Amino acid sequence: MKKHTYLVMGLLGFAALLTSCGNGNQGKGSSGALNSSNAEKVYVAPGEHDEFYAFMSGGYSGNLTVYGLPSGRMFKEIPVFSQFPTSGYGYSEETKPMLNTSHGFVPWDDSHHPDISQTNGELDGRWIFINGNNTPRIARISLSTFETEEIIEVPNSAGNHSSSFVTENTEYVVAGTRFSVPIPQRDMPINQYKGNFQGSLSFISVDPEHGHMDIKFQIIMPGFNYDLSHPGRGKSHGWFFFTTYNTEEASTLQEVNSSQNDKDFIAAINWKKVEEYVNNGGGTKMPANYAHNVYDESTHTATTTMKKEVVTVNPLDVPGAVFFLPTPKSPHGCDVDPTGQYIIGNGKLSADLTIHSFDNMIAAIEGKKFDGEAYGIPILKFEDVLAGTVKSGGLGPLHTEFDGEGNAYTTFFISSEVVKWKLGTWEVIDRKPTYYSVGHLMIPGGNSRKPFGKYVVALNKITKDRYLPVGPEMEHSAQIYDISGDKMELLYDFPTHGEPHYAAGIPAELLAPKSKKFYKLADNKHPYATLGAADSKVVREGKEVHIYMSTIRSHFTPDNIEGVKVGDKVYFHITNQEQDFDVPHGFAVIGANNSELLIMPGQTKTLVWEPKQVGVWPFYCTDFCSALHQEMQGYVRVSPANSNIELSWSLGD
Amino acid sequence: MFPITNLKAFILSFLMLGAMFSCKNEANTATSPTQDKAGTEEIEKQGQAFIDDDGSTPNVLQIAIGSPDHTTLVAAVQAAELENALVNAGPLMVFAPTNEAFAALPEGTVEDLLKPENKAALANILKYHVTAGNYSKEFLMKFKKLGQANDQNVAVEVVREDVLVGGAKILASVPAGNGIVHVVDKVMLPPTE
Repeated sequence: MKKHTYLVMGLLGFAALLTSCGNGNQGKGSSGALNSSNAEKVYVAPGEHDEFYAFMSGGYSGNLTVYGLPSGRMFKEIPVFSQFPTSGYGYSEETKPMLNTSHGFVPWDDSHHPDISQTNGELDGRWIFINGNNTPRIARISLSTFETEEIIEVPNSAGNHSSSFVTENTEYVVAGTRFSVPIPQRDMPINQYKGNFQGSLSFISVDPEHGHMDIKFQIIMPGFNYDLSHPGRGKSHGWFFFTTYNTEEASTLQEVNSSQNDKDFIAAINWKKVEEYVNNGGGTKMPANYAHNVYDESTHTATTTMKKEVVTVNPLDVPGAVFFLPTPKSPHGCDVDPTGQYIIGNGKLSADLTIHSFDNMIAAIEGKKFDGEAYGIPILKFEDVLAGTVKSGGLGPLHTEFDGEGNAYTTFFISSEVVKWKLGTWEVIDRKPTYYSVGHLMIPGGNSRKPFGKYVVALNKITKDRYLPVGPEMEHSAQIYDISGDKMELLYDFPTHGEPHYAAGIPAELLAPKSKKFYKLADNKHPYATLGAADSKVVREGKEVHIYMSTIRSHFTPDNIEGVKVGDKVYFHITNQEQDFDVPHGFAVIGANNSELLIMPGQTKTLVWEPKQVGVWPFYCTDFCSALHQEMQGYVRVSPANSNIELSWSLGD
Repeated sequence: MFPITNLKAFILSFLMLGAMFSCKNEANTATSPTQDKAGTEEIEKQGQAFIDDDGSTPNVLQIAIGSPDHTTLVAAVQAAELENALVNAGPLMVFAPTNEAFAALPEGTVEDLLKPENKAALANILKYHVTAGNYSKEFLMKFKKLGQANDQNVAVEVVREDVLVGGAKILASVPAGNGIVHVVDKVMLPPTE
């Protein structure tokens, strides 16, 4: 009891103290920002455009959001792994296959690390990739339509976390497993984890023309946790680096048991060597079952193919391809500087950053200076590969990005700050607080050979008092800093949707000119497309009724339909006849058990409706398309199941 | 349990602490170097430590601030400007030496450490008292060592029912919103490398 009384008293006192001090302090803090021209730096005048696109992962929203920098304005939420009633993604017949997996239809995920395609190590703005963490998947999103075009499931993986980072010419998008699991999956005791579970690192080839993804090979590694990864670039192009933790191979209470080793590893993979091995017929074709979902822009329809085989590679079969670099304290972030020389491991339970040198690594490998092995994989000597240590003074380093001017920026979760330091000298140049508990950070192009080092965005995990309170659940806060000078300058706070983990940014001039405005009706190859109003019809196939419907400002053709019966499955195939920028039409019908639709100009989308009640039921356009939007409606007459009313449809009769 | 004997004494010490706390920032602002003043102010006065939140379970910093037996520790945390590191999501396990434990250090040690020029050394010692984790005294018996926030390891020993961390005995434990505070009878001095 005493303890409780005491705690309450202490707490009340603390609160009183804060009311006397804290508020005043906050006022002073914000007046500091007003002293400079920070407001002007983030102000984008009405009608003007932002300088950068920022793509923020949605975390538990399963999606990807598009923002402008420096304004922090949100432009779009792109549905990826989650059903999205706003547009009907994952509800319409065309898009449902996108969410198929070997576990059935999985209409949500946990999206983490977006990465923009590259050519010669520079952002090329063709596609952006993102990983589904929970049910392992990698998605490819077009950066001309800003729609998800492809999702491939990753077999032999669980907690697809060290993903989805691209190599220098987008040869591969790489996906590493966080959880090691039995490979192949089987029924076995969990406490036999050690030595039996394994971790897969998947190299997914990307077709240079269409972007289509295919798992080229999976390297089957020891049963550690593979946390994050980044490709080599420049001189280290051809290598890929993965942080590991739980090299103890603990299977329970990991927060204790996976922190017993002073050092875990960064796994260095010479993927070019493995690729060559596989091209020459190496590797084992292993039975598997995983979904490959592709959206075709001309048919506006996705299809699912279940793939039944994957090539696996035992790292011991490719000598000289895989090495371990000892790295202190359960390293989390794994980042490579723009020159490809430095590989940075951020030990999340540490105060310091460990920087390995690629040249040192190669010298150690060539000199065969090994410090033992783990499951046959050579371990290099820590001292031999180490380039330097950043003594930061911060706590809990997580992730590092680069400005292209020889500086690196690292986030510290526990001490809530971004620390700027110099590559090569490892000296700390500046540090600025974040609000609060920052995870990833993003500089546009900051993980490529050519960063655009004007801004850094800190993606925070904790919001607390940063905005007007909205109850217990809040959007996460982001802060944008000007990094064009020696010292970082906090410019602006803005909320972000879901839980942004990583983000990717790109200059607007690389994307905006090629953003698609509408789909050409003449190119529409959808099997149920209605290319002109005259082609509208209603067709019965047993219990299925297919309505070929067209829509244009401001009516549906047909607008009245009779002869539908209770128990029918009614397919509304709706083609938007508009050929103008930004004239979508919506479609909603009473009692639909799935969603409404949003149909872009030139596009066909299909909603299934299973009427359960006799009556005359309206449908209407949900997008305020025109001055006569409220007139844009129609009726379906639903008769009893045993009715013999013939199908008929009309407009203007 | 905390050896609190007298509520009046508690309130008095708390008030003194409060006065100390509110004065400290002003003093610091006045003496902080003029260069990069804006940045320094932000670091000192903003952050999770300064959020007005009287309803949540107290965090490890709030528990220390509220304890009359830890005024020295709190003063040290403030001098090292570690407030914001102690209020984050954690989990954090803080080994909190009592005033008596600080008093047992050689004479002048605490005064020296509180000097601005020794801020880094003080921060290093304080971080040696912090673990990323949240383990009860009983659970700590499973450990041989802990990795501390200053990047050094500290040994864990079990002597009969007692748990000693870096030679300091756990006297009492208070669960916090973002971890746990173990009150210890000694100041843990980090081994020199």
